[in-house]
Amino acid sequence: MQLAVWTYEGPPHVGAMRIATAMKDVHYVLHAPQGDTYADLLFTMIERRDARPPVTYTTFEARDLGADTAEIFKRAAKDAHDRFQPKAMIVGASCTAELIQDDPGGLAKALALPVPVIPLELPSYTRKENWGAAETFYQLTRTLVDRNAEKKSAKTGRPSCNILGPTALGFRHRDDVREISALLNQIGVDVNVIAPMNASAADITAIGAADFNVVLYPEIADTAARWLERELKQPFTKITPIGVGATHDFIAEVAALAGLETPQIGNAGNMPWWSRSIDSTYLTGKRTFIFGDATHAVAAARVASKELGFEVCGLGCYNREFARDVRAAAKLYDVEPLITDDYLAVESAIADAQPELVLGTQMERHIAKRLGIPCAVISAPVHVQDFPARYAPQMGFEGANVLFDTWVHPLVMGLEEHLLHMFRDDFEFNDDAGASHLGGHGASAQEPTPETDNVIRWDPAAEKELKKIPFFVRGKARRNTENYAAERRIQLISVDTLYDAKAHYGR
Amino acid sequence: MTVLVDSDCKTSAQSNPILRERGQREVFCGLTGIVWLHRKMQDAFFLIVGSRTCAHLMQSAAGVMIFAEPRFATAIIEERDLAGLADANEELDKTVQRLLARRPDIKLLFLVGSCPSEVIKLDLARAAQRLSKSFAPKVRILNYSGSGIETTFTQGEDACLASMVPELPEDKSGEPSLLVVGALADIVEDQFSRLFEQIGIPNVQFFPSRSADDLPPIGKNTSFLLAQPFLGETARLLETRGAQRLPAPFPLGVEGTTAWLKAAANAWGICQQKFDSVIEMPRARAEKSLERQRAALAGKSVFFFPDSQLEIPLARFLSREIGMRLTEVGTPYLHKIHLKEELELLPENTQLSEGQDVDRQLDRCRGVQPDISVCGLGLANPLEAEGLTTKWAIELVFTPIQGFEQAADLAELFARPLNRRMRLAV
Repeated sequence: MQLAVWTYEGPPHVGAMRIATAMKDVHYVLHAPQGDTYADLLFTMIERRDARPPVTYTTFEARDLGADTAEIFKRAAKDAHDRFQPKAMIVGASCTAELIQDDPGGLAKALALPVPVIPLELPSYTRKENWGAAETFYQLTRTLVDRNAEKKSAKTGRPSCNILGPTALGFRHRDDVREISALLNQIGVDVNVIAPMNASAADITAIGAADFNVVLYPEIADTAARWLERELKQPFTKITPIGVGATHDFIAEVAALAGLETPQIGNAGNMPWWSRSIDSTYLTGKRTFIFGDATHAVAAARVASKELGFEVCGLGCYNREFARDVRAAAKLYDVEPLITDDYLAVESAIADAQPELVLGTQMERHIAKRLGIPCAVISAPVHVQDFPARYAPQMGFEGANVLFDTWVHPLVMGLEEHLLHMFRDDFEFNDDAGASHLGGHGASAQEPTPETDNVIRWDPAAEKELKKIPFFVRGKARRNTENYAAERRIQLISVDTLYDAKAHYGR
Repeated sequence: MTVLVDSDCKTSAQSNPILRERGQREVFCGLTGIVWLHRKMQDAFFLIVGSRTCAHLMQSAAGVMIFAEPRFATAIIEERDLAGLADANEELDKTVQRLLARRPDIKLLFLVGSCPSEVIKLDLARAAQRLSKSFAPKVRILNYSGSGIETTFTQGEDACLASMVPELPEDKSGEPSLLVVGALADIVEDQFSRLFEQIGIPNVQFFPSRSADDLPPIGKNTSFLLAQPFLGETARLLETRGAQRLPAPFPLGVEGTTAWLKAAANAWGICQQKFDSVIEMPRARAEKSLERQRAALAGKSVFFFPDSQLEIPLARFLSREIGMRLTEVGTPYLHKIHLKEELELLPENTQLSEGQDVDRQLDRCRGVQPDISVCGLGLANPLEAEGLTTKWAIELVFTPIQGFEQAADLAELFARPLNRRMRLAV
């Protein structure tokens, strides 16, 4: 058993729902007890979708368990088909139905419905949401794709690709797709099919007509893309175009797959200059802790390090399936990779790292709030705020602009940082007021109380001096000074110890 | 997949037809009750023994994630726990040890059963007994089921309170005492305490209490008022311990609150004059503030999808005090005895429905085109997109709505969506 306070991912059938809900004419019949319908509100509330997810839940009860739950499933599947007239159906079990082993696939087959019915085996007790989405997309693709489709490029003379991976309830998928579609068009590549987002069953069939695949979200589309590479000889992209550098690399990769010369991109957006302009000097070496799904975390680390000049002081992901990528990236930044889906472990790693900025999920946003550290969200799990009304991609050159704004705005700005150092007791601008640009007077930093009840004590004068250090670095100063004192067996921290430690750790 | 059972069946008290359906239910399971119960009982902790789905439900249930280390968690059953129950029990014990070491402030721990734990027949009653031996008297360990195969949404609170009934100390004082049963907002509890005291009923106790050390004693001289309509099992167990239920409508709206308080006043032999003098002011205040809401809502039609079992008392309030027109009043479960007084107050021929086949019910709702549809979060935006105005049912559970001072707030919850629709020009 795993003790979970919060989870980064839902169960695998929620992943399957994200695929079905993203698509136009696919219906999902889920063998599930009452209550599992909560998952509908993820889509209708968080993503503000204007239609119910295309999911029928069989809703069996305790008293049905001794009787005939299989019959309930068959009736629900038949009714769903008759009512919604989908072009393809997926059928499966949620965690509870998995235990009663009714075999939804077999039962649905026995109904002999006039549309393709794809059975899903999503083991709820070993797998999670992203895996469930990937497996569902793979099974749909495998069943529906036309292996002998004529290549579109043969007719048009222009190379064509599919964009694979965007789903319902995806972190900025809506806007990434628009940005990358435009980019592909700009460099002379046609987009054949975008899937699963807004795809119909017929679109999945047509996937084979493209020359290659663009995988935007490996967590979702990697399994299907590997199969398509093997079976239909469609190569796929490995670079995720998040950040200016990665977008350039992605363009080169696409051009190579398309057989085009690498195009020269004149305008790579504002981000490069914004980052080089002297106002950004204060960003230099900001200690940044990064956690999210592997793809977004690794991409964020590159942007943070190479494009904003931050220092990556922590890097991790919650999806073990892609841990290898995070381990490789962690080596580049000389940090210990954090591979865990335990929210409490992430919290303590962040507290230990004492970062000046956290780039994480909504969970880390909360952790950062508690620790008084600025934070920006870079990855799912999603929250209603991750579906902004405006266009805000993460990918491509516009995405890089968005990253600059969203990561930099939570920080205390350059001159303000200096002024806070110099004039600490200004009645309006001080610790308790928080950073002036954050809605004015947001939550003030909770100073972590020293955890150790060991023998190290603070001389009152040193304590007072510590208070003169601005709140956004005070935690680090306290920790450094205490470590410094502990290493030297200093029992009473004086003002000198404080400055000795500052000199020792000074950057 | 609807099975229509005795669709012409009449309730004994009134001629209200009941449509009974089964099919897809768009409702929460009983685990969701933890969302308010863990706030109400501040030294209690709820450990769901379930799947990743349960954990995911809990963080999504309130519509948005609540971020704070909560007083609930999930022991997620994994593959190896399914291999053998002996191991699952051992794993559970370890999980509880870890949890209690981490949270020494916990005084009452609920092991909460889920669909998977029920299906694999993990005996949480036994586990609670076993663990109690190790942790008593510091921590009391109880169990109940919040599973979707057994409970719907608010029935989770019923199951939780029912598990506590055997723990309530015996009242040996011989003095008559009044117990108010069902979680209420603290502010509502305080208002009722003051009113009861002024009426002349001292020492009113509330169940659940805010602290685990403070369990109300019960005995043969205990009378209880249900503050919530979904507490069938809790009431039954209180009765087996000798307590007597005071039948009454529920304290929603002026009429419901008056009748509810009056049921207690009658049992205590308080004279009408005294009773009237106490409630006169708050009652007048409530009636005055209801005026404004009535102007906005009178004559409008309302359709209830089943959610919390509060639907019938709410429908009674909206129809009798606000003048709204009832179309269909759906409820997940109809407890005819506890709702007898409510059903008697409903207009004749109100279409009731029990259970749900959501697609059929949506068809009916679209047919009726009500001015307001009261529904769950999974249905609200889709219905709005179809042009129907909706009210999130869950807000009615998470907002103080009982008593005189909240009567207008309750009406306002229904007026707001209509008000918003009128304001918007986008």
